[in-house]
Amino acid sequence: MNKDPLNRKTPKKRTFQYGYAALILLLALSGFGQMPIFKRYYIADIPGLGWLAEFYVTHYLHYLGAVLLIGAAAYVLADFLLSRRKTLQLTPTGLLLSALLGGILLTGAFLVLRNLPGFWFPPGVIIVMDLSHLIGVMLFLMATLYGILFKKSWTIAVHNHMERE
Amino acid sequence: MVPSISRRAFIKGGLAAAGTVAASGVPARAARLDERRQLATLLDISKCVGCEACVEACREVNEEKKPNPRKPFPAMYPPRVKVEDWSDKKDVSDRLTPYNWLFIQSAAVEIDGKEKTLTLPRRCMHCANPPCVKLCPWGAAQQLENGIARIDADICLGGSKCKAVCPWSIPQRQTGTGLYLDLLPSLAGNGVMYKCDRCYDRVADGELPACIEACPEEVQTIGPRPEIIKKAHQLAKETGGYIYGETENGGTNTIYVSPVPFETLNRQIEKGSGRPHLKSVAATMEQADKLVAAMLIAPFAGAIAAAGKYYKMFKSTKEEGAPNE
Ligand code: SF4
Ligand code: SF4
Ligand code: SF4
Repeated sequence: MNKDPLNRKTPKKRTFQYGYAALILLLALSGFGQMPIFKRYYIADIPGLGWLAEFYVTHYLHYLGAVLLIGAAAYVLADFLLSRRKTLQLTPTGLLLSALLGGILLTGAFLVLRNLPGFWFPPGVIIVMDLSHLIGVMLFLMATLYGILFKKSWTIAVHNHMERE
Repeated sequence: MVPSISRRAFIKGGLAAAGTVAASGVPARAARLDERRQLATLLDISKCVGCEACVEACREVNEEKKPNPRKPFPAMYPPRVKVEDWSDKKDVSDRLTPYNWLFIQSAAVEIDGKEKTLTLPRRCMHCANPPCVKLCPWGAAQQLENGIARIDADICLGGSKCKAVCPWSIPQRQTGTGLYLDLLPSLAGNGVMYKCDRCYDRVADGELPACIEACPEEVQTIGPRPEIIKKAHQLAKETGGYIYGETENGGTNTIYVSPVPFETLNRQIEKGSGRPHLKSVAATMEQADKLVAAMLIAPFAGAIAAAGKYYKMFKSTKEEGAPNE
């Protein structure tokens, strides 16, 4: 077990981590479901996954996931700025993940705006934003996988800096 | 009888202006789509004689936009992916196909106790907030600044999502053509989707869409959306007619006026693959858009929750008199 009290896995922290994982899974599935692939590749045939081929359902669930992600991101950011700035520091992995997440949220916000009635953007801009959102997500998922495989956390306690890196 | 923008006046004024806007609309800027910029058409069903001159004109004028598939088609994986090939059935004109973007529907109805067959041209409705465009994962389906919804045949991969989300299942697929052939033809994509593009290129040049120009009965009128809506209401009031397309799917840029209710028409027309219905349609994008308010509130809710936690922690450490800072 980790001796660092700040990085100890409290039940609260574990709940947050599982919730975060479930949320990313929901967003990734509903997001990739925007492409017509789940039906073609029989994934939507798996009992319980039929919704993946329903475009209006995945669209709605992606928005719902976005609401939760925005709320969680704001919470973590505010929490960090208010009470953890002095004791915690972003690791390079954490910095990369944060930057990618920021990009995904920004391009996502653009696409939400685009979807509203009455909003118009030139087709070329929309293509760039669509692709940036998708590429951003793929990089984010790869970086997340890297973080899990090599046990890199987002943050590190400031005092333990030398010890851990 | 029906006051309508005369063709010449329209070409001189509205269309030319709209065309210039469309042609010069390249600069990258975000705009709140001006209702007045959206071009809409009014279709007076009572005038249509079903001569199919519009169908012919559409085929002729848009000939070079039609698919030219490469055969044999690449083997596709998994085998459930079906080939959709219309290249040997180019002449089919009684439904929508990749080669036929407009067809005539007919309905036997009774007007004032007399049997009558009504005919009406059917094609893409050009929704004001088109789900085919908004939900296309690549941006191959596009909306132009003048409201025209078109599918860019050079980018479309033929996944047919636009058809799945279209309340009228308008876009039609042709296998064996388009960008997917250069990517992973066996694994992703399946051709290109085709539908009426409202002759966007002619409109950009200040010309009328071919079907409107060719019609001997002047069934269709085109103009800025608010004007067309006004005319539709005027016409409906004068003739005791009914309106379709004004509110369907949140509003379209194709407004039909019929002497009989659309439920009657919908019952009488032949429906099915490539033959769209005339049912009333709720706004498809609206459900998810309702969550946008929650997206705007979420950051504040998150920040307030964190601040609340911080305040509680701060208070308890103060009460305990912990020698913190
Ligand atoms: S050309 Fe005019 S009258 Fe003839 S079928 Fe088309 S809309 Fe009807
Ligand atoms: S009718 Fe269908 S294809 Fe036409 S703009 Fe609306 S959603 Fe798109
Ligand atoms: S507007 Fe052009 S593309 Fe559309 S149906 Fe008429 S002729 Fe065909």
